[in-house]
Amino acid sequence: MLYFSKLRIILVSIITLLFVYIASSNFIRFDDVFFNKKINLGLDLQGGSYLLLEIDNDPILIQKLQITTTTIRNYLKNKDIIFKDLKIVDKNIFFQINRADQEKVKLFFTESESEINPYYPQYKSHQFDLTINNEEFRLEFSKYGLIEIRTSSQDQAIEIVRRRVDEIGTNEPNILKRGNNRILVELPGLDDPMRIKSLLGKTANLTFRFITQNSNETFGAEKLSYEDGSTESLVSKRIILSGENLLDAQPKMDNQTNETIVSFTLDRVGSKRFGKATTSGIGKQLAIVLDGKIISAPVIRDAIVSGSGQISGNFTFQSATDLALLLRSGALPAPLEIIEERTVGPDLGQDSINAGIIALLIGFLLVIIFMFFKYRIFGLIANITLLINLFLLIGILTLFEATLTLPGIAGIILTVGMAVDANVLIFERIKEESKNEKNNIISFDSGYIRSKTAIIDANITTLLAAAILFIMGSGPIKGFSVTLGVGIFTTLFSVYFIARLLTSIYVLKNKDKENLI
Amino acid sequence: MINFNKFYKPFNIISIILVTVSIFLLIFKGLNFGVDFKGGTLIELRTTDYQVTISTLRQSLSKMNLGDVNVKKFGNENDFLIKFEKKNNDINMIELIKNDLSKTIGNNFNFRRVENVGPKVSSELLKSGVIAIVLSLAVMLFYIWIRFEWQFSLGAILALFHDVIITLGIFSLFNLEINLSIVAAVLTIVGYSMNDTVVIFDRVRENLRKYSDIKIYELTNISINETLSRTIITSVTTLLALVSIYLFGGEILKGFSLAMILGVLFGTYSSIYIANAVLVGLKVSQKTVLREDNN
Repeated sequence: MLYFSKLRIILVSIITLLFVYIASSNFIRFDDVFFNKKINLGLDLQGGSYLLLEIDNDPILIQKLQITTTTIRNYLKNKDIIFKDLKIVDKNIFFQINRADQEKVKLFFTESESEINPYYPQYKSHQFDLTINNEEFRLEFSKYGLIEIRTSSQDQAIEIVRRRVDEIGTNEPNILKRGNNRILVELPGLDDPMRIKSLLGKTANLTFRFITQNSNETFGAEKLSYEDGSTESLVSKRIILSGENLLDAQPKMDNQTNETIVSFTLDRVGSKRFGKATTSGIGKQLAIVLDGKIISAPVIRDAIVSGSGQISGNFTFQSATDLALLLRSGALPAPLEIIEERTVGPDLGQDSINAGIIALLIGFLLVIIFMFFKYRIFGLIANITLLINLFLLIGILTLFEATLTLPGIAGIILTVGMAVDANVLIFERIKEESKNEKNNIISFDSGYIRSKTAIIDANITTLLAAAILFIMGSGPIKGFSVTLGVGIFTTLFSVYFIARLLTSIYVLKNKDKENLI
Repeated sequence: MINFNKFYKPFNIISIILVTVSIFLLIFKGLNFGVDFKGGTLIELRTTDYQVTISTLRQSLSKMNLGDVNVKKFGNENDFLIKFEKKNNDINMIELIKNDLSKTIGNNFNFRRVENVGPKVSSELLKSGVIAIVLSLAVMLFYIWIRFEWQFSLGAILALFHDVIITLGIFSLFNLEINLSIVAAVLTIVGYSMNDTVVIFDRVRENLRKYSDIKIYELTNISINETLSRTIITSVTTLLALVSIYLFGGEILKGFSLAMILGVLFGTYSSIYIANAVLVGLKVSQKTVLREDNN
């Protein structure tokens, strides 16, 4: 175990120097193109905001059920099939079909070219599962139907979230899918997520609808309250324009009234519809409804055919800017709820880094002093190994641009404490061996060999714990498991290559000395 | 040579008492779960105004209808930790609290950290925390089962349970907060305790093969003594690192490092007194390890 070939010595030295260089690049700027990677700091160290959003898919499911019910009604009417009791109960569609028609109707829903119940070949499943009980047909979202709806609403929502976050212009936001109904937003450097939270909390569903006096309108009408909560008005359900027709929206100052407004431009379809509605509706009140609340309801004085218009409604410049931003980035397919928020201010992050570094330095110092007093020259070897081990650990984290968190720093400090274990196991074993074996080279050799199983066992147990943490843990805790796990590999490398090399150099030079260790 | 084996009985009795008391505490007193596992809001507040105290903060917060508000100092005179179980789902809640506070205690404060965990997420985190701990115990059991004979596995697992239960019992007794980092600490304790036990077991097995005429009661004692300096040195260096985190690593890591310190102390103790006593109790002999070798 003590013999090292020249090639191996060179290889070990090169690897060591390389990692010392890579690790140092975190602290010293080397101004070169050769290597410019750095360890990422987690949000808990650099400060920032972590938001976990959950999409509330219920409105989408209900809408889907309503559309499907209408489709079924028209489809069956077209095919001259008599049905009754078509209704939605608890996210199920029920209807009754005479026995004579049952086979035929069943096929409408179960054939793979079904026009009313889409088939997903990749899942080998329809959107709805059909169960027939006597004359009663029941449609229920299939497992994959639900997945399909969730995934597509998640895809749309993440796009809108990304647009909104980008519009605010925070630096390097991280927006990721989580499961099939959650979105994770990480905003480094943002210490007050207030504005982003309020922007993400709005669906931004914009509609232009006439105010009506008649509650028995053809399209139906509903009572909506004004944004400031002052009054209610009866608003027709007929949608003149919606947010989808908007090309652009900007906050502006109205020169005449000195009021902040949001001006908007419409696409071609929108301009045409808006022109028609304003021409026929002069004198009527047009309500501008955002997420079920009336922002304002101006009276139409002239026909607007230019394809642009403006929204007023007691805006401050900030709220007008936000509304314009929301309208530009589009409506979310479903409401989002912030189910987890973690925000760390940059000064606390810096404090944590400082505390972590101080704890690391003191922990390291205590360990190397202890080891030196315990083993003298071999303590020195263990300490040099420990230092190189630290460089290797930080170097690997840098190489993979891993994210360092506060628990991650704790993992590094813990590694410092536990890394000497392998060397201690070896040294203690050598001490035992040298009681019966006077030849230093032989006792060192067998010390290394005999301690091997214990070292491997001991490290595998810690590695297993780290692996489970990595799989199950989230965020900062994952950072801990990474440093702990990587630390085990660097420890084994440094003990078996660096410490052993140094030991062999020393032992071969002093092979005739008594009580060498 | 220290005669550890003389004290197997008394220490086992003490351990049984400690574990029983811990289990009682865990069942009847329970654990003090933080916002990670209980849901709710945590605010770390720093003020430059020395007139702000726990009671002034509590007074102004109690008017805001936040439910049960818990205020305590956090590390030094200027830092406070505010916790409450959120009732309303208002997105602007934090902003409203900030505004309300500035009306009563002035503007000389800022929120250094805000954590807000919804009930769904907290129950998921709790579930995955429990799964992680159970899984780690199972994986350790499996590992030691393929590496050693079943008598050793039983000893190691009993030692593990001993360490984890007593550590959690102490957290329950002193009402210390259980959060995500404590779960990480418990898992690391599991790894460490196992590591310590395995090193001694390795030696026990080696000695069992070497000496056929020494009884297990003596043999465990020999093995403990042979590995003793390693056990002590590794515990000391690990504790040095952990104490350094506890003292200098900042308030956030205090609970984590405390749990780890307890775990290392109990882990070291249990690998000597629990794990080995089980081997003695199960009358492990040379036959136990030789039988395995012949397979």
